[in-house]
Amino acid sequence: MSVLKIEDLHVSVETEQGTKQILRGVDLAVGEGETHAIMGPNGSGKSTLAYAIAGHPKYHVEGGSVTLDGEEMLDKSVDERARAGLFLAMQYPVEIPGVSVSNFLRTAKTAIDGQAPAIRGWIKDLDSSMTALRMDKSFRERNVNEGFSGGEKKRNEILQLELLKPKFAVLDETDSGLDVDALKIVSEGVNRAKENTGLGILLITHYNRILRYVKPDFVHVFVAGKVAEQGGPELAVRLENEGYDRFLQGANVG
Amino acid sequence: MALASPSLVPVQTRSERPSSTDVSDFPAVTGREFEWKFAPLDRIRHLTEGALDGGPVAFQYSESAGTSVEWVDRATAVVGVAGTPEDRASANAWGAVEKVLTITVSSEEAEELLVRREHFDRSPRAAHVVIEALPNSSGTVILEHRGDAELSENVEIVVGEGAQLTVVTVQEWADSAVHLSSHFATVGRDANLRHVIVSLGGGVVRVNPSIHLAGQGSSTDAFGLYFADAGQYLEQRPYIDHQAANTRSRVNYKGALQGAKAHTVWVGDVLIGPHADGTDSYEQNRNLVLSDGTRADSIPNLEIETGNIVGAGHASSTGRFDDEQLFYLQSRGISEEEARRLVVRGFLAEIITQIGSPALEERLTAAVEAELVEAEVVRAAAAAPTLDGGAA
Ligand SMILES: Nc1ncnc2c1ncn2[C@@H]1O[C@H](COP(=O)(O)OP(=O)(O)O)[C@@H](O)[C@H]1O
Ligand SMILES: [Mg+2]
Repeated sequence: MSVLKIEDLHVSVETEQGTKQILRGVDLAVGEGETHAIMGPNGSGKSTLAYAIAGHPKYHVEGGSVTLDGEEMLDKSVDERARAGLFLAMQYPVEIPGVSVSNFLRTAKTAIDGQAPAIRGWIKDLDSSMTALRMDKSFRERNVNEGFSGGEKKRNEILQLELLKPKFAVLDETDSGLDVDALKIVSEGVNRAKENTGLGILLITHYNRILRYVKPDFVHVFVAGKVAEQGGPELAVRLENEGYDRFLQGANVG
Repeated sequence: MALASPSLVPVQTRSERPSSTDVSDFPAVTGREFEWKFAPLDRIRHLTEGALDGGPVAFQYSESAGTSVEWVDRATAVVGVAGTPEDRASANAWGAVEKVLTITVSSEEAEELLVRREHFDRSPRAAHVVIEALPNSSGTVILEHRGDAELSENVEIVVGEGAQLTVVTVQEWADSAVHLSSHFATVGRDANLRHVIVSLGGGVVRVNPSIHLAGQGSSTDAFGLYFADAGQYLEQRPYIDHQAANTRSRVNYKGALQGAKAHTVWVGDVLIGPHADGTDSYEQNRNLVLSDGTRADSIPNLEIETGNIVGAGHASSTGRFDDEQLFYLQSRGISEEEARRLVVRGFLAEIITQIGSPALEERLTAAVEAELVEAEVVRAAAAAPTLDGGAA
C-alpha cells in the first residue's frame, strides 16, 4: 500500500512586502486508490500546497515533511519528485512555444520510465487516451498549451496523468472553467487513471460540482493555510449549502 | 513659433544615408558611426581600412536543374542593380573584386542549389555575388560558409517580376573567422523573396540585408537565427525599404546567447516610403539569454512617410528562461538540463521550420542541438563550485 504523507508542513513565499507565511502546519495522508477532496476559499493556500508538494522554487518550505512511502520528497528536485511518482495537474498550465505535444509527452514518458516507450504501444496508448478525452489528433502536432482553450488545457493535463501513470496526483482546480460536458470528460479520465493504476488523488476544488463525478473518500476544509475540518463526502454537501462562512469567522485569511 | 520639437525629427532618415561604391567616399571608421557602434573594430579594421584580395576563391556547388553558376569578369558583370554600399567595408570590397560569382535561377521549378564556400583563408579578401531569379522563376539558393575567413563581401539579389526566390546564408565558420556581408535585394512586381540568415559559427559575423520592395505587390519574408557562444560577435541589420504600393514584409529574427562576452546585435529598420500605399509590415526580434555575461542589443526602427498603410508594427524582447516553463517540464519528470534544451530548441524551431528546405532544416536542427549540448557543458562548468573560491 502506497501512501503520501504530509506532516506539519509550513510554507512561505517572498513578496514585495517581505516573507509571507501561507501554509501553517498541514497534516494529510493519502493512501493508494484514495481520493481526498480539498475545499476552501480563494487565497486559503490550496495552490501553495500543490506547488510545495511538486517543488516549485518560489515556495519555501519552513518546516514539516512530505513523504512518499517513507521517502522524503522535500529534499528532491522537481523532476526527481515526478520520477518518484508525483504528478501535479496545474490550475494554469503553461504554454511551451515550439515544443509539440507529442514530443513533450514522449520526452516526459521516457524520463519517468527511464527508457523510451516502445513505439507501437505508445502510439496506441496515446491515441486511445486522446480519443477518450475527445482531443483531436491534430493536438499532437500543436505546441504545448499554445492557443489551447481553458478546457483544452485541462484535458491536456489529464492526458498526461493517464499516460505518465503517477502514484499520486494533485489536481489543482482542474474543474474550474469547464462546462458540464468537459467536466464529465475530464472526470472520466481521472476515474480511468484511478481504476487502471490505483492512483491516489488530492483533488483541490472550490466547488462541489466535480465531486459528483469523482467521488471523494474524504473531504478536508482548508482555511488560512491549514486543514480546519475533515469528514466524509457529506461534508462537501454541507459546504455547498452553508458556504465557508462558518470557517472564516475569526480566521486570518490571506 | 514652431511647435515641433527637434528631438522628434530623425537625425538622418534611412533613405538619406550616404551610399557610394568608392571607398574613399567613406571616412575612416572611428566607432562613433551608428553602423559601427557595436562592432569590435580591432578585429575588423583590416577589412574596413586595408587592401583586400579580390581574386576568385574555389567553392563547391550542387548541379541543380534550372540554375546556373559561373564566375564573370568584373568588367562585364552587371553589378549595382540591387543596391550600393552604405558602409566602408562594403565599398572596400566593391572596389577590390576582380570576378563576380553569378548565380541564376531560370526555371519555374528550379532544384535547390547549394553553394558551399569553405576555401577562404586568413588573408583579407573581397567577394561579390549576384543572385538573379528570372521573371516567374522559382527556386532556393543556399550559401554555406565554413572554415576560416577574413572576408568582406557584397551579395546582390535580383528577384524578377512574379518570381519566388529563397536565399539562405548559413554561417558555420571557425571561431577565428571574420565575415562582413552586405546583402542588397530588389524585389520586382508581385515577386517574393524569402531571405534567411543563420549565424552559428565565426568570431565576428555581420550580415546586413537591405531589401528593396521596388515592384507593386512585392513581398519579403526575412528570417534570422543566431546562436552566440562565449566571445562571439554576431550582428544583423535587416532593412526593409517599402518603395512601391501594396508591398508586404515580415521580419522575424531570433537569437540565443550563452557564455562570457557573447554579443549579438539586431537593428531592424523599416522604411515605408511616400509611394508605398497599402503597405503591410511587421518586424520582430527576440533574444533568449542563457547565461550571465552576455549582451544582446536589439533596436527596431520604423519610419513612415505615407499615411495610407494597412499595418506597421514591431516588437523586440530580450529575456531569460521562463522559470514557469522549466517548472512545468520538470514536473513531468524531465531533467532541468533537458528542459532547458527543449525550451531553446522550441524557441529557435520557429525560424528553422520557416526555411522551406527539409534537408537544411534537418541539418540546422542538428547544428543547434550541438550548440545546446556545448552550452550545457559551459553552463554546468560555470555552476560547479570551485575549490579555491573561484578566483577568476
Ligand atoms: N507567488 C506568490 N507571490 C505572492 N503571493 C502569493 C504567491 N502565491 C500565493 N500567494 C498568496 O498566498 C495566498 C494563498 O494563495 P493560493 O495558494 O494561490 O490560494 P488558493 O489556491 O487557495 O486560492 C494568497 O494570499 C496569495 O496571494
Ligand atoms: Mg488556487
